[in-house]
Amino acid sequence: MNAADGLKKPTQPHNSGSKSKGLLAGLSERLTRAGQSIVGQVQSLVRRRPVLDDEFLEELEAILLQADVGVSTTMELLSGLSRSLKESGQGKALSEEDVLRYLKEEIVEVLGSHEPLRKAMEGPTVIMVVGVNGTGKTTTVGKLCHRFRKSGSEVILGATDTFRAAAIDQLEIWGKRAGARVIRHEEGRDPAAVAYDTCQAAKARGVDYVILDTAGRLHTHVNLMRELEKVKRVVEREIPGAPHEVLLTLDATSGQNGLSQAATFKEAVEITGIALTKLDGTAKGGIVLAIKDSLGVPVKLIGIGEGIEDLRDFDPREFADAIFQGLA
Amino acid sequence: MFENLTQRLQETFRKLRGKGKLSEADVDEALREIRIALLEADVNFKVVRDFIKRVRERAVGQEVAASLTPGQQVIKIVNSELTELMGGRESKIKYAPKPPTVIMIVGLQGSGKTTTAAKLGYLLKRQGRKPLLVAADTWRPAAIKQLQVLGDAAGVEVFGTHEGDDAVKVASAGVARAKFLGCDMVLVDTQGRLHVDDELMAELGGMKNAIMPHEVLLVVDAMTGQDAVNVASTFDERLELSGVILTKLDGDARGGAALSTRAVTGKPIKFIGVGEKIDALEPFHPDRMASRILGMGDILSLIEKAEASYDQAKATQLAEKLKTADFTLEDFQDQLEQMQKIGPLDEILRMIPGMGRIKGAGDMKVDDHRLRQVDAIISSMTPEERRNPGIIDGSRRRRIARGSGVKVQDVNVLLRQFNQVKGFLKQFGAGGKAGRRAMRKGIIPFMQ
Repeated sequence: MNAADGLKKPTQPHNSGSKSKGLLAGLSERLTRAGQSIVGQVQSLVRRRPVLDDEFLEELEAILLQADVGVSTTMELLSGLSRSLKESGQGKALSEEDVLRYLKEEIVEVLGSHEPLRKAMEGPTVIMVVGVNGTGKTTTVGKLCHRFRKSGSEVILGATDTFRAAAIDQLEIWGKRAGARVIRHEEGRDPAAVAYDTCQAAKARGVDYVILDTAGRLHTHVNLMRELEKVKRVVEREIPGAPHEVLLTLDATSGQNGLSQAATFKEAVEITGIALTKLDGTAKGGIVLAIKDSLGVPVKLIGIGEGIEDLRDFDPREFADAIFQGLA
Repeated sequence: MFENLTQRLQETFRKLRGKGKLSEADVDEALREIRIALLEADVNFKVVRDFIKRVRERAVGQEVAASLTPGQQVIKIVNSELTELMGGRESKIKYAPKPPTVIMIVGLQGSGKTTTAAKLGYLLKRQGRKPLLVAADTWRPAAIKQLQVLGDAAGVEVFGTHEGDDAVKVASAGVARAKFLGCDMVLVDTQGRLHVDDELMAELGGMKNAIMPHEVLLVVDAMTGQDAVNVASTFDERLELSGVILTKLDGDARGGAALSTRAVTGKPIKFIGVGEKIDALEPFHPDRMASRILGMGDILSLIEKAEASYDQAKATQLAEKLKTADFTLEDFQDQLEQMQKIGPLDEILRMIPGMGRIKGAGDMKVDDHRLRQVDAIISSMTPEERRNPGIIDGSRRRRIARGSGVKVQDVNVLLRQFNQVKGFLKQFGAGGKAGRRAMRKGIIPFMQ
């Protein structure tokens, strides 16, 4: 077959996310499966065992661990919760409402306040998207591009993933959908050179946003991390103050290895935030609690579906509200 | 912060080793640590709970009392239970009595299906089979092209049509094409979704009915957390899996998903993905994985890896030489050449028994520049000098340095390191402490 033929008629991803619903309503609907299982489990636990004792805490621990929150953050949440419950004098007779409210407070406290994407004071705002293989970098770049284009901004995409077979084509397809130019070299070329050309083009054309799609790399591959550092250095040199955001895409199904990913990428390229992807099913993304808790890196974006519109700003309180909707 | 599971378990076992006799409280203390370690390795919560329960039942009581050293006894129990949990024995591909053997490769988006399909094609081709890759992911942008590029790299023929085509028809056409071409294996790359949903399952179910695959393999990312069990059990319920392929094990993921998926579905893990290169797919050995987790090393995997690059005779020779420390600079240079083929040195070192116990062993990195320098230095020696470095005096050293474009000191450093490695190998062969001490000092060349 001829590959180019296949590329001429890209299929549209499911556009289910763009239905006319309130933002929060849409979000909580997406999170119901995830949310219900945490809330539902906690509710049924309190019903079975309305006493703050070891057994209660053990079962609550199981619920949090199964949401990928991790051992140490779970311990912190539990000790915070039992302190709150004891202080309010409810150790003996727990109510569902109180347990959920305090638990929500603990979670919001760990996640911190809402941190929107940074924007350059003048000139183009540069966003680098980094992460390990298969976490949804190119898709996140496409969705982000679509969002900026929709608000009337000019966007240039840099295809700095010159490694993965057909990654450049994939980005081109997204660029066409969103209406943004893609700066590209051939496969196998130096990503830093692509970044350089992208910055030059951005300056020449006076665009508002530059989004760089980088190659997926396992954080344990030292040489690939050096390569990423080089891309960032080029961007820093070409556009003062850039990159304004370095976003790590993290799969919501990630387990405790997500912490290791975030730590290594933070050390190499000072990630400024996390784009939590694939958060629309049974995965609960609890690892972001551990990451914020131990590294201080906030979640800035969440991907909640496969449609081009399915990217949201992450607001911890809103997120918690969506999970614990109607309960607190 | 990120001590690996091996280190965690060893920490626990060190505590156990320090005691003469194992009480119930000791077992509980050890199991508490093992539980945390397993959870941090992303082994599913329920799987961990059952595992701990089983080990406790076996550890507390007469088995412990009957053993010589209690610590060893617990290690043995944990090891055998871990092995058991991961499926006992190595599991191979089942070939159809009448070719072609059809294999469907399924999984979530981003787990590495397309790459794995190509790697598997390459592996089968190297085993003398004639595979055909079928691009039945007609949905993801550029997925067909990706498979084609990878197929080219693997030297395996690819059957693909257009994006948006009916995937079931493409798969059926692919099987027909394989028969026409006389291929004995058909590898069907399928569409993935973010999560298991009915639409996808219906499509894959339809495809399964249409092409009647002999194997349905689920690709799972080794970095998956607790959700791995939901994914695996849903795919298994709907498609009746025959096995699992675990990808991205070249990262620092502890791969608890391996334990979880196996425990939940009962289906064996057949292969593991260990890198981005086309040959980075290996058979999964449950027993070796278990002993690796426990820090007991994996010298078998090391030998096997070497075998793929060396011929059989050389592999035996090397194994022999490693044992007897009858190791010359020629072997050393040979090693350097093979090293690129075998893979990163630090990965190999982790497989050697005892290495896990050495702090920072996992952080050792090979310095490519130094590697080339060493190669040049050895190349500048005469065959006799390589076999018998003792004869290399000052004048010879100067000549070698000139010949390889390095300083005399560099030659000195190499010779000193070589002698230390030799000494280490001797100790190591005997399992002595000095060998480990040598490793700790970081005297193996090219590592910082």
